[in-house]
Amino acid sequence: MLISRDDRLSFEKSSPGRRGVILPREKFSRAEPPAALRRQSPPLFPEMSELDIVRHFLNLSRKNFSVDTHFYPLGSCTMKYNPKINEWVARQEKFAGLHPLQPDGTVQGMMELLWDLEESLKSITGMDRFTLQPAAGAHGELTGIMLVRAYHESRGDAKRTKVLVPDSSHGTNPATASLVGYRVVEVKSDARGRIDLESFKSVLDDHVACLMLTNPNTLGVFDENILEIAKLVHSHGGLLYYDGANLNPLLGIARPGDMGFDVVHVNLHKTFSTPHGGGGPGSGPVGVKRHLIPFLPYPLVEKKGDRYGWAEKSKTSIGRVKAFYGNIGVILRAWAYLKVLGKEGLLRVSEGAILNANYLRLKLRDVFPVAVEGPCLHEFVLTLKHAAARGVHAGDVGKRLLDFGFHAPTVHFPLVVSEALMIEPTETESRETLDLFVEAMKRIASEIETEPEKVRNAPYTLPVRRPNDVLAARKPLLTYRDLLREKTVAAETAA
Amino acid sequence: MPYIPHTDRERKAILKEIGVSSLEDLIGSIPASLREPKTAVSPALSELEVQKRIQFLGLKNLAVSDVLSFLGAGSYDHYIPPAVQEVAARQEFSTAYTPYQPEASQGTLQVIFEYQSLMAELMGLSASNASHYDGATSLAEAVIVALKHTDRKKILIARSLHPHYREVIGTYLNGSPCHIETFGFARGGDFDREDFEKKLTPEVAGVVFQTPNFLGIVEDLSGIADRVHANGSLMILSGHPLSYALYRPPGEWGADIAAGEGQPLGMPVSFGGPYLGYFVTTQALLRKIPGRIAGATEDADGKRAFCLTLQAREQHIRRERAASNICSNQALCALTACAYMTFLGKQGILEVAELNFDRASYLRERISKLGGFEVDLTAPIFNEFRVKSRKPFPQIEKRLMEGGIFPGVALEPFYPELKDEFLVCATETKTREELDRFVEALSRC
Amino acid sequence: MNFPENLRYTKTHEWIKADGSKARVGVTEYAQKEISDVVFVELAKKGHPVSQGKAASVIESVKAAFDIYAPVSGTVTDANQALESNPGLVNQDPYGAGWLFELEISSPGDLDSLMTARQYSEFVQSGPQH
Repeated sequence: MLISRDDRLSFEKSSPGRRGVILPREKFSRAEPPAALRRQSPPLFPEMSELDIVRHFLNLSRKNFSVDTHFYPLGSCTMKYNPKINEWVARQEKFAGLHPLQPDGTVQGMMELLWDLEESLKSITGMDRFTLQPAAGAHGELTGIMLVRAYHESRGDAKRTKVLVPDSSHGTNPATASLVGYRVVEVKSDARGRIDLESFKSVLDDHVACLMLTNPNTLGVFDENILEIAKLVHSHGGLLYYDGANLNPLLGIARPGDMGFDVVHVNLHKTFSTPHGGGGPGSGPVGVKRHLIPFLPYPLVEKKGDRYGWAEKSKTSIGRVKAFYGNIGVILRAWAYLKVLGKEGLLRVSEGAILNANYLRLKLRDVFPVAVEGPCLHEFVLTLKHAAARGVHAGDVGKRLLDFGFHAPTVHFPLVVSEALMIEPTETESRETLDLFVEAMKRIASEIETEPEKVRNAPYTLPVRRPNDVLAARKPLLTYRDLLREKTVAAETAA
Repeated sequence: MPYIPHTDRERKAILKEIGVSSLEDLIGSIPASLREPKTAVSPALSELEVQKRIQFLGLKNLAVSDVLSFLGAGSYDHYIPPAVQEVAARQEFSTAYTPYQPEASQGTLQVIFEYQSLMAELMGLSASNASHYDGATSLAEAVIVALKHTDRKKILIARSLHPHYREVIGTYLNGSPCHIETFGFARGGDFDREDFEKKLTPEVAGVVFQTPNFLGIVEDLSGIADRVHANGSLMILSGHPLSYALYRPPGEWGADIAAGEGQPLGMPVSFGGPYLGYFVTTQALLRKIPGRIAGATEDADGKRAFCLTLQAREQHIRRERAASNICSNQALCALTACAYMTFLGKQGILEVAELNFDRASYLRERISKLGGFEVDLTAPIFNEFRVKSRKPFPQIEKRLMEGGIFPGVALEPFYPELKDEFLVCATETKTREELDRFVEALSRC
Repeated sequence: MNFPENLRYTKTHEWIKADGSKARVGVTEYAQKEISDVVFVELAKKGHPVSQGKAASVIESVKAAFDIYAPVSGTVTDANQALESNPGLVNQDPYGAGWLFELEISSPGDLDSLMTARQYSEFVQSGPQH
């Protein structure tokens, strides 16, 4: 038994008086806080010894699939290897130990690094200036769409009320546009997930503030009409926003800036190898073309001769989007990664991502139908439409894969493909790993034919099986206290 | 090639298997005019060279551990037990994705559940999300919740709320039909009750207070929740989370939402990030919480299990109808905070809060006896307080920095009327010798 | 599938039962099956005016959120509080205990644009495009 059988919460392992940390004892002052302001009832925190806490968390860590333990082919998430040098760099006290309000003169090394990373991102994406402030991709989108609005407003162009978003886009795109106050108009995709030009032209007019686009799209297909699309949007006075979620296959190959995009965000936690952290922290730097620089959020790093400082607040800036300047710990890791890659490495990364995706696509296309025939870039989508007749859904295949030691692909996305399995192997996986994955998929395909209920009820080898999410949503139990209350109610009902 | 397993031979073999002769055959959909961009990135370094490079850059920085730092103002240097760092560095946590597959993520999910439990306890409230980007953005989302919940258009904010947070809220609301009004603080730094009363008009959706506030004052919020609720508005509180082990937490003041900065719970100052925004509410607002939430349930075999829940609120389902666009949480920071609160435990969390109060009180008493500086000894504080210098502060700061001391954050840039005043922070990390050394250095100014 | 004769229906799968100027609204059996397990209902707000075809309430399943549109214009007079603690009523008894809200109808003519049980039944059977 590799994982402990002890599934209790920390709160349930608590014993009064136990200590997990040793603090200074001596008091220097006789001051007492005013009684009227003091907390009335203490928080219900667990009391445990250091060893018991360490064991608690380490056992929990073993209940996770992770890139460091399992192949993790989640589409559009770019679960590549997170090099250990990144962690080493981020831990350096000379960086982790900097206070955000220190005088510029005492953080010159930090600012030089921020400048250096910005230069690299500019060059990779073909943009003119970056802010490293946004804390995540969605936060970058929010910043970017605010820039779009500020740009139009500065020109006195008040008629732009809508943002165009393809139906194959990530959910953050429409949510962002709507948060900034725009009406979201969906653009239809064709069978290859590309923008349907006719449908696009029918909604394109002088009220369009911006088109948000992911290219390559969520089907892994590069929209070859991009130059025409950009020209059309611009000719109507609109701007183009690039969602950088799928930038991994374009490094050193093509740049959003050259495609005509005015604003881009990149996800350092995808393309630039910083760990996903179980859901964050990420980092979503935003790059712009020259005409949008005056609107960038402050503060911005500036280089004057050999010295670095914070640029003076621009009057037209959209303002601050985060308390301090960016998720620095994440930025440090991405910087280290780019230093190790260098120019040639960039191209190799994208080439590796494209080769692995196409290799897997060809090996799997005889197992399950692919949604789109022909070469893909970094990812591709399989459809389980035919298996639905046997009562097996894409999600079930994902669950069954867990039993074979592989994390599930992204399931039921993009919405434009029914029963979608979206697979992104990334460049850091070896051919042997991909072959093992193909074997597992073949086994599952034959199980669907011979014993579909086995797939429907998977997984069998993990700590839990199919948690009841309907129950969880109908009766939310979000804290230990909720569980205690629930227990009391149950006991009372029984009595 | 770095981190890519394919040798040249293998690469050729894969190309052959795919049935193409080169990469070019796979990327034909990319227009030729876009190909071979002028990407100018510096040449590749070895990992050893990267280490040297970062060490060289590091020499141009002064870390808070290189000096004696009394900087706070929203980013705090606290003792981080090594066990917290060890646990949070586990790669099974850090290299996992969002726990959408609950069977493969019970570790992350239980951690989030425990984090939510601890955070709700600390804040004295009922429901927490799995964390937000940082204090400022969390507060901005809280303001949006208040606006939507009440269907009103005005937000009332204490001027003693962190100035950066006020700016971020402004950025988030810019362009919307909603506007912000600010109420001031009295000479002592506590909020101006009269000004607050005057501005609490029927169109106010929510009121935002910070306690301890930006000037270090622990606010007396007696009767405020009743006033706010009688007005049909929501009460939103922000503040240093450790202070709530010692002082009344948001729940005990009757707040509806607690939203603020969780960095003091085990995260290094790290030049401003990654931090963690806490977002905790009453039971009544449970379904208005933005962002990710984990819940307990049963699995198919009747065993306790955890999964993400209430997802129909979120952007990946509601798209343009979602109340927030947030996708991620700061899961690794939530793990850190969860581990920090667990290691400290019930007694430790109170003791560390008392130590902060003790160090700051001691320092304030000692500074009060210096001729060149003024402090208010009667103001209730946690770990920060205002000092007024008789000499120009920039001059004092320069002198002290030459001696390896960061004396605190100048207040004039944030509040022009607080000329030559600065905010001094002393946490549990300071020894008596260090505090004495600072006082002595001040006395020589 | 059961579509009671005494109700009128919308293309967005709501039913309405009118009694003079008062009416009760819910979703059809077809709709509750499509939605699957209802986990939460965002109740219509009492006293709020609603217009025909505009969202008045939201039904959530685990994986989706569905707007519920007012079949006719009017003012919300009541919402089914029982759904707060037991949203599954929408699945169990869509025409009875699982009703959603009540209205004071402002323009009775709106009712004429709605489908009868037979028309709705044909509409549902006519294809998956709905």
